[in-house]
Amino acid sequence: MATIYIDNKPFEVADDQNLLQAVLSLGLNLPYFCWHPALGSVGACRQCAIKQFRDEEDSRGKIVMACMTPVNSKSLIPPLNETRISVDDEEAEHFRESVIEWLMVNHPHDCPVCDEGGSCHLQDMTVMTGHNYRRYRFKKRTHRNQYLGPFINHEMNRCIACYRCVRFYRDYGGGDDLSVMASRGEVYFGRFEDGVLESEFSGNLVEVCPTGVFTDKTYKEHYTRKWDLQTAPSICLHCSLGCNTIPGERYGEIRTILSRYNGEVNGYFLCDRGRFGYGFVNSGRRIRQPLIRNDAGGLESSTPEAVGDKLASFLSNGAKMIGIGSPRASLEANFALRTLVGADRFYNGMSADDSRLVASAIRILQEGPARTPTLREVESADAVFVLGEDLTNTAPRLDLAVKQSVRRKPIERAAMLRIPEWDDASVRELVQDEKGPFFIATPNPTKLDNIATQTYRATPDDLARLGFAVAHALDPAAPSVTDLPDDVAQLADSIAQALKESKRPLVISGTSCASEAVMRAAANVAWALCQDERAGEVYFVVPECNSTGVRLMAERDVDAAIEAVQANEADTVIVLENDLYRRAAGTSVDTLLDTAEHVIAIDHQTHRTTEKAEAVLPAGTFAESDGTFVSSEGRAQRFYQVFVSNGDEQESWRWLQELMGAAGQLEAPAWENLDDITAGLAQAYPIFEAIPKIAPPAGFRVVGQKIPRQSPRHSGRTSVLADVNVSEPKPPADSDSPFSFSMEGYTGAPPSALISRFWSPGWNSPQAINKFQIEVGGHLHGGDPGRRLIEPSDDAKPEYLNDVPASFKPRDGELLIMPLYHIFGSDELSILAPAVAERSPQPYLALNPNAAASLQVRDGEVVEITLDGVAQRLPAKISPELPEGTAGLPVGLPGLCGVTLPAWSRVKK
Amino acid sequence: MLTEEERREIEEEFEHFDYKQAVSVDALKIVQKHRGWVSDESIKDIAELLEMSPAELDGVATFYNLIYRKPVGKHVILLCDSVSCWVMGCDRMRAHFTKRLGIDFGETSEDNEFTLLPMQCLGTCDHAPAMMIDETLHRDLDEDKIDGIIERYKG
Repeated sequence: MATIYIDNKPFEVADDQNLLQAVLSLGLNLPYFCWHPALGSVGACRQCAIKQFRDEEDSRGKIVMACMTPVNSKSLIPPLNETRISVDDEEAEHFRESVIEWLMVNHPHDCPVCDEGGSCHLQDMTVMTGHNYRRYRFKKRTHRNQYLGPFINHEMNRCIACYRCVRFYRDYGGGDDLSVMASRGEVYFGRFEDGVLESEFSGNLVEVCPTGVFTDKTYKEHYTRKWDLQTAPSICLHCSLGCNTIPGERYGEIRTILSRYNGEVNGYFLCDRGRFGYGFVNSGRRIRQPLIRNDAGGLESSTPEAVGDKLASFLSNGAKMIGIGSPRASLEANFALRTLVGADRFYNGMSADDSRLVASAIRILQEGPARTPTLREVESADAVFVLGEDLTNTAPRLDLAVKQSVRRKPIERAAMLRIPEWDDASVRELVQDEKGPFFIATPNPTKLDNIATQTYRATPDDLARLGFAVAHALDPAAPSVTDLPDDVAQLADSIAQALKESKRPLVISGTSCASEAVMRAAANVAWALCQDERAGEVYFVVPECNSTGVRLMAERDVDAAIEAVQANEADTVIVLENDLYRRAAGTSVDTLLDTAEHVIAIDHQTHRTTEKAEAVLPAGTFAESDGTFVSSEGRAQRFYQVFVSNGDEQESWRWLQELMGAAGQLEAPAWENLDDITAGLAQAYPIFEAIPKIAPPAGFRVVGQKIPRQSPRHSGRTSVLADVNVSEPKPPADSDSPFSFSMEGYTGAPPSALISRFWSPGWNSPQAINKFQIEVGGHLHGGDPGRRLIEPSDDAKPEYLNDVPASFKPRDGELLIMPLYHIFGSDELSILAPAVAERSPQPYLALNPNAAASLQVRDGEVVEITLDGVAQRLPAKISPELPEGTAGLPVGLPGLCGVTLPAWSRVKK
Repeated sequence: MLTEEERREIEEEFEHFDYKQAVSVDALKIVQKHRGWVSDESIKDIAELLEMSPAELDGVATFYNLIYRKPVGKHVILLCDSVSCWVMGCDRMRAHFTKRLGIDFGETSEDNEFTLLPMQCLGTCDHAPAMMIDETLHRDLDEDKIDGIIERYKG
């Protein structure tokens, strides 16, 4: 810590920062543009000018840029004895005002038609500097805008040339198709030619850009000013990482999603699937009313009461019920189902493979000494070994974190040269293209390959063998691998060497290649690294947002449920938020749905399972319900209802509670709100003991007030429903959370788990996050939200895992069809968003050139495969790096669901 | 497609630098020397050779005003419009070019002989106004002198 004087007042601040960080962390206001907490300083925009004085005697001082000046004045050349600055100095203030005026020379006065208006850092900074009147009266420079794809809208005239977009997109996000063109007043940020921005993180430009150059194109289609959105804290449900989000609603539709800063999880950034995948909430496939099968055999809309009566008749009289839960439903919804059907008749709703693999991940983390890092900690790993996971497509935000970790080792040299890490331009000049040790072993090429030290392509069995060999090289006590080819053995040695030499090694694996052996090999590597007091870490990516949570609740999977129905142990099946055709072979699911006497589905989307059900109850999506997900990190996080819809949708757990009443269950728990059900959850499962504590209870108030979901400026309250009824309706009540569905309530900063928007007086853009952090870019006041449920035990000394698989043997006449994942397409819900669907590929079969040659198939020609007894015809795509004897099939694309991969198939022309 | 010769000349430059990307400017100049300008297609071809994205290379190409990203005439006239030349009447010279050749800054004459571009200082302020045609400097300009020079370059 160091003492600095700001306008003659002493403050204690951390001395490894720059003055801008220090000033903002103290809660003071100082305008800036080119600096960003995640991107560091380049000193380009000259906006954060302050005056620095030599000492108390110095009355003249000199203007310096706060973002480029270290807090520690002794490191200046020449050194100063103390750090004494003025923010309020008249000359500095005038300087800052002039800078805004120059920036404004070419900035259009189009705020009223700009999507950024009301969420604009440039507006905020302009007001902050007091530059109120433009003096420039001449023609402004104009640009041609580009088509950048379905996610991002481009309006270059608004650009103030802060360079943040390219610094995020290229330097931080690793993209290479957004660049800065030309020079001087003509500077242009765009692509080489019109076309889709290729980075999976392009959506962050919306928040990184301080003005309206890059805006959310999906939002534009149903635009609403930020202050008119109703918002609540939420969790992304499109992969297992648990990124924190802020969805915004108006007129019963989700209109945009912003990143909700969590210093341990996603920080400032989201992936494009998470940001633009919200369209399913507004989709025409939503189930809005209860549906019941009529005599003609079709599903028809009904009322909750009528359906309730009907269901009562199914569920009473000793029905043999089972419940199939879901890895995309909340813990609370799954728990309610379990309570209705009984613990021994509850199934976790996962495919047999997923259930087994997620269980394996949980066991390794609970029983072993290796800890799972948070995403923030992943960024500081200095050697990374990815085993079997195509991160860009299965856990995109983790890909972005790993991109930061490969810079860790080279950046160490900066400290030796006494270059502070926040000095981004100098650090990048020093590091150039140098990367730290990063190894990728996957069946198919990945987008991270270009920053990897070495890559290895093999089938899951051979990947596992590599992993086991690395573990053995690290610790001879770990099982060894026999008959390893020389080049693989050498690779194993160099991976082991790199991991051994690092301070914070990390192994990343997961469930996506459907191989327990791969995960066990990853565990062995991490455990071997935990010898000698070293902290080896391991991250397992799992399939869905609550896979970990629901697997902690129940062991039995969908295959077990199918068996139970076939064995006549059950005649009534309740399916919770789950399309079973994505979980097991189509014929087996057909058997289940046809054999069961009654099938009741609860979900928000129409799919093949709901179409076959006898009754369907309309569930709220994540935006219309509250609940808890457990991420792949093992972090339990609460999401809150954003809005009340007009239909009959309600939380799945409320439907299930009503079913309990209808079924005449006398012991039905008297749940009145979410807290009651989380209390039940905590009681039923020791591991969920902390769940009620992850966020304040429904009765929580700040100075007696609820926390409003609407901003104080929310407009149209008295008229928004005037087309329906001229009298203003009472705002809906919320018994489940400390939030109100109105603008009344406490407008200050609430506890971190309850932040429904980042706003502070004078700070309307996402940069307001500064005001909620202990140190800018650090943790939120009161700690980052969520609780980790899984930590390694201190004295864990488990035996190394064994079963090294035999090397893969290609078969004659058959190929091993392996799953391939697509960020846009493989996830069940996000592909229902039109913008995401536009980015998703058409179904295909990936063949390596040798397989294609022996089949005499060219790229694009149709081939036939047979999986689960079903023949499918698909265009071939030549993929040079696929291992011999294998082919790849995209997972989850419409028309390709429900097949269990990997699987052997003949491939015919 | 880069010609054999262009490719060879660019590859010769590689040995002077640690990074292929460092050859960007030279590679652009080589292609421009052969073709007179650098087309979108050339940007893609050079980028591939230098293992960089077209966007990155175009960032370099568009930064320098002497890399031409649009076709230019047979001769490029760089007329200085910096302070000394401005004081000494470069605006008159510019108007004279417009009168004689029908082109203003950024334009190419119909016969495709000349392109007129502004230039920031040719380092010969004591002989302002000045211009450079291709690689030859012309100083102490006036209308008559320009007429004579144009005649020499034509045909």
